[in-house]
Amino acid sequence: MSANTLSVRGLCKNYGGVAAVSGVDFDLAPGEILALIGPNGAGKSTCFNMLNGQFPPSAGSIKMFGEELVGKKPRQIWRMGVGRTFQITATFGSMTVLENVQMALISFHDRLRALWPFAGGLYQEQAFQLLELVGMATQAGRPCSVLAYGDLKRVELAVALANSPKLLLMDEPTAGMAPKERIELMQLTADIVKQRGISVLFTEHDMDVVFTHANRIMVLSRGRVVAEGKPKEVRENPEVQATYLGTGAVYDHSKDTGAA
Amino acid sequence: MSFLFIQFLNGLASASSLFLVASGLSIIFGVSRIVNFAHGSFYMLGAYMAFTLVHKLSGGTIFGFWGGVVLAAAAVAVVGALVEMILLRRIYQAPELLQLLATFGLVLIVQDLVLTIWGPEDLLGPRAPGLRGAIDIFGQSFPQYDFVLIILGPVVLGLLWLLFHRTRWGTLIRAATQDREMVAALGVNQSWLFTSVFTLGAFLAGLGGAVQLPREAVNHVMDLQIITEAFVIVVIGGLGSVLGAFLAAVIIGELNAFGILIFPQLTLVLTFLVMAVILVVRPWGLLGKPEGVVRGGAGAERPIKPLSPTGRNATVALLVALLALPMISGNYGLSVASEVLIYTLFAASLHFMMGTGGMVSFGHAAYFGLGSYGAALTVKYFGVPMLAALVAGPAVAGIAALVFGWFCVRLSGVYLAMLTLAFAQIAYAVVFQWSSFTGGDNGLIGIWPAPWAASPTAFYYLSLLLCGGGIVAVRRITFAPFGYTLRACRDSALRADSIGIDLARHRWYGFTLAGFFAGIAGSLYAFLKGSVFPDTISIATSVDALVMVLLGGVQTLAGPIVGAATYKILHVSISSYTDQWRTALGVIIIVLVVAFPMGIVGFIQNRLLRSGRVEDAA
Ligand SMILES: Nc1ncnc2c1ncn2[C@@H]1O[C@H](COP(=O)(O)OP(=O)(O)OP(=O)(O)O)[C@@H](O)[C@H]1O
Ligand SMILES: [Mg+2]
Repeated sequence: MSANTLSVRGLCKNYGGVAAVSGVDFDLAPGEILALIGPNGAGKSTCFNMLNGQFPPSAGSIKMFGEELVGKKPRQIWRMGVGRTFQITATFGSMTVLENVQMALISFHDRLRALWPFAGGLYQEQAFQLLELVGMATQAGRPCSVLAYGDLKRVELAVALANSPKLLLMDEPTAGMAPKERIELMQLTADIVKQRGISVLFTEHDMDVVFTHANRIMVLSRGRVVAEGKPKEVRENPEVQATYLGTGAVYDHSKDTGAA
Repeated sequence: MSFLFIQFLNGLASASSLFLVASGLSIIFGVSRIVNFAHGSFYMLGAYMAFTLVHKLSGGTIFGFWGGVVLAAAAVAVVGALVEMILLRRIYQAPELLQLLATFGLVLIVQDLVLTIWGPEDLLGPRAPGLRGAIDIFGQSFPQYDFVLIILGPVVLGLLWLLFHRTRWGTLIRAATQDREMVAALGVNQSWLFTSVFTLGAFLAGLGGAVQLPREAVNHVMDLQIITEAFVIVVIGGLGSVLGAFLAAVIIGELNAFGILIFPQLTLVLTFLVMAVILVVRPWGLLGKPEGVVRGGAGAERPIKPLSPTGRNATVALLVALLALPMISGNYGLSVASEVLIYTLFAASLHFMMGTGGMVSFGHAAYFGLGSYGAALTVKYFGVPMLAALVAGPAVAGIAALVFGWFCVRLSGVYLAMLTLAFAQIAYAVVFQWSSFTGGDNGLIGIWPAPWAASPTAFYYLSLLLCGGGIVAVRRITFAPFGYTLRACRDSALRADSIGIDLARHRWYGFTLAGFFAGIAGSLYAFLKGSVFPDTISIATSVDALVMVLLGGVQTLAGPIVGAATYKILHVSISSYTDQWRTALGVIIIVLVVAFPMGIVGFIQNRLLRSGRVEDAA
């Protein structure tokens, strides 16, 4: 049993001949918030997709508390205590905000195949608590199909917290939000994970968010880790400044406003 | 050896006609995303028109014959163009399934049209002048005409290739097949493009029918026969791929030719087994690409809500009315009412699968029919009492759904729908061809209810109990965690998978449950009619169920109930006024699809929503 929440070694992913991720190594300690940054197409989402079992890696190993994740399906990895939010939100559009969270709780309590009880009455209280936590309680009765994008991100966070995860994987959790909202949501996330001792791996294009909340930062470029360390070290790393920070891409919010 | 070679050539000859029809279907689908059920009708029209035109024109000349054939195809093309401009253009924005329904309305209309113009008898066309003889191949004779057909397939394939790759029109079509919005953005006149594609497809179907004239009798059931085969071919080849359709047509043609030597009784089964295997290995067909999800409804679905007080009162009122019905209705009325109840449960079970489960089935009749046969066969061979048969029927249906479903849930969208159709056809073929056990075409008769349920009133109450109970159970399950799980899988596979839901497994259970409930309806139906015939498993029955669900509105829980009642009552009342119930029904279906793309209940809900009276009725 290893002490690290995650310990990733030699992670690679090839699409056809293209190497989207090559030889990524990192460790994530319990309670640590690690940011994965890098320009568009650097391979961040690909890393997330391998970590939660969506795509099999071409090579490498991912251990969570010493247990190998490679080869496991997303649903199995979720059951081991990994919550995930997506870059492009994925929620159940025909269900209300509350029901989305209840769905995750029903799955967590292994009641998916129950034929009799009313699903709407199950785990209501817990679901409400989670929604309160992310500031969505007032919208609990609204269908997810009509929510604003930023609100969907919050719902995803509540859903990701439903299985009392030990690890949160958050792919651009604040994309599509107003700057003020971003800071708030990230602050909220930081508080929650600190309270519960959850480890977080997140990616973000907003550097304010990254440098404020990450304990450690990893910079990915063309599928390789080009720098890694405390926020201050990364900021001062000349290679990062040259290949990444210097390009202006970091502060480029055009992607989020939909102009790109 | 030479005999096998002749069989091989036979396979190629029939492949050509299949290819003509299937390629048209595939091209139309590729561009317009419409699954054109009426394609078989175009084929049939081609054959009938060729029959008439060849007679009128020829006097036995080569020119007369081929002129007649080409003119027939051209006439069908004109019909196709008119259909596109008058009907389809209005419904491109409608959900795919409703488009399918509208084209099925056309099928019904054309069937009546053909019966009216050409009569019910099979018509034997002339042999092709100049090609009446046979050629000697290794001592076996092979018809000259079939050689022409063998050549025709590849020639048409080549011409289509040239059309698609060497003309501007073809380039646009290929672009549209890949990305419709893109082509629209380029400023291309889309409606013209769609009309031309549909015309071409209809022409090919008409030609396919016309060239069959010297080979087989023209009859009025060839439309549904060919459409099934064409669907199979298009799906095996990959939707939208012409070359794929050609390969698949050759595979199916050869399979039929050789299958008849090995399993003469089970050629149909063989065809569909091959399709099932190919789809499981290659879920998008040989040369196809992944498809989007087929949605029965327009836009995002609303959350489901338990009945409002008004809804509850209406339900209670309905129940009271149903309980009181025997006091005011005669025996005929009661047996119609029992039939409506049975169909309502059948529709509700399909709705559970396609609405709640997001798995559209073109072959739900399999479970209805196998339920009927399961009940009838246990009565026939084991002499069990009715109640035991009412358990055996649904069990048989449930087991069939368990087996078929295992394959089906691995696919999605149109492919899943086609595979369900394939399995239904397998079930149909087995029942039809295994006549020593199932009675074949003659069916099983003398399946009467137990004495205590023999009176129309008693049987009506039994139907009300079982079907009403079934519908309540389906509804309850929909609101239970399992129903939510199915909706979760339907709404977002990605999210469902990442909150610990095993998609294939739960969809499989859902499929099985739906089959089981359809089986209850089917078992009752056997006792209502006192007999079972293979057409309880036919495409027509599957389509009945689809029409009922879509008529009511797939996105609403009350939809199947309203839809089934409306459909059955329309059916009964129209057929009592006129022989042409098909035309009337076809017209009604089309009008409903154009006027109420969300189904009846969906339409009412939208009205209420707009006037702000209910928030989210279910
Ligand atoms: N399914 C796929 N097939 C082929 N290539 C892919 C696939 N998914 C991603 N890629 C490629 O892999 C590379 C990494 O993509 P990825 O989505 O991981 O980047 P990212 O860092 O998340 O970028 P962004 O900031 O835009 O989200 C890109 O070049 C992308 O084009
Ligand atoms: Mg990404």
